[in-house]
Amino acid sequence: MSESTLTRMDLSEAVFREVGLSRNESAELVESVLDHISDALVSGESVKISSFGTFSIRDKNERVGRNPKTGEEVPIAPRRVLTFRPSHLMKERVDVGNKK
Amino acid sequence: MIKSELVQKIADENPHLYQRDVERIVGTIFDEIIEAMANGNRVELRGFGAFSVKKRDSRTGRNPRTGESVHVEEKYVPFFKTGKLLRDRLNGE
Repeated sequence: MSESTLTRMDLSEAVFREVGLSRNESAELVESVLDHISDALVSGESVKISSFGTFSIRDKNERVGRNPKTGEEVPIAPRRVLTFRPSHLMKERVDVGNKK
Repeated sequence: MIKSELVQKIADENPHLYQRDVERIVGTIFDEIIEAMANGNRVELRGFGAFSVKKRDSRTGRNPRTGESVHVEEKYVPFFKTGKLLRDRLNGE
């Protein structure tokens, strides 16, 4: 199995093949999907895509971290992080597909 | 936001497309990402994030209720890493 990396271009190519819009418009739609998901997350909303997974925001409190190189203590500011929880379908397909 | 709301937003912005085509477009995008990972590939969406597959080795686990040892087979799990731009936007930068 040779590993490769897909990009926006591959996603818009898939949209182009599936629906028969222009390549340009397919690319814009891919971008628009990513933008809407990002905007919802930035506004603090979770995004739940059935049979794909859920993106949610977690608040992290301030804590004291350490510079691993110097051992120096540095405060880590409170921040919001994004977590992704894959659906059962995604987990199943990814596990089965990679065991082949 | 759930998938149908995402579809609705895209449909509202593209009045020349049928709603069912927007559903297919959105479905195709998510399906393509899963398919890529099922084939052992990465999906890198700059600014948004990257989906990849991690291998978990087989291990001896324990049934937390009975304390009994159980063999857990190796498995492949989906993983998402948030892109820098989105991570910064989440923190108002």
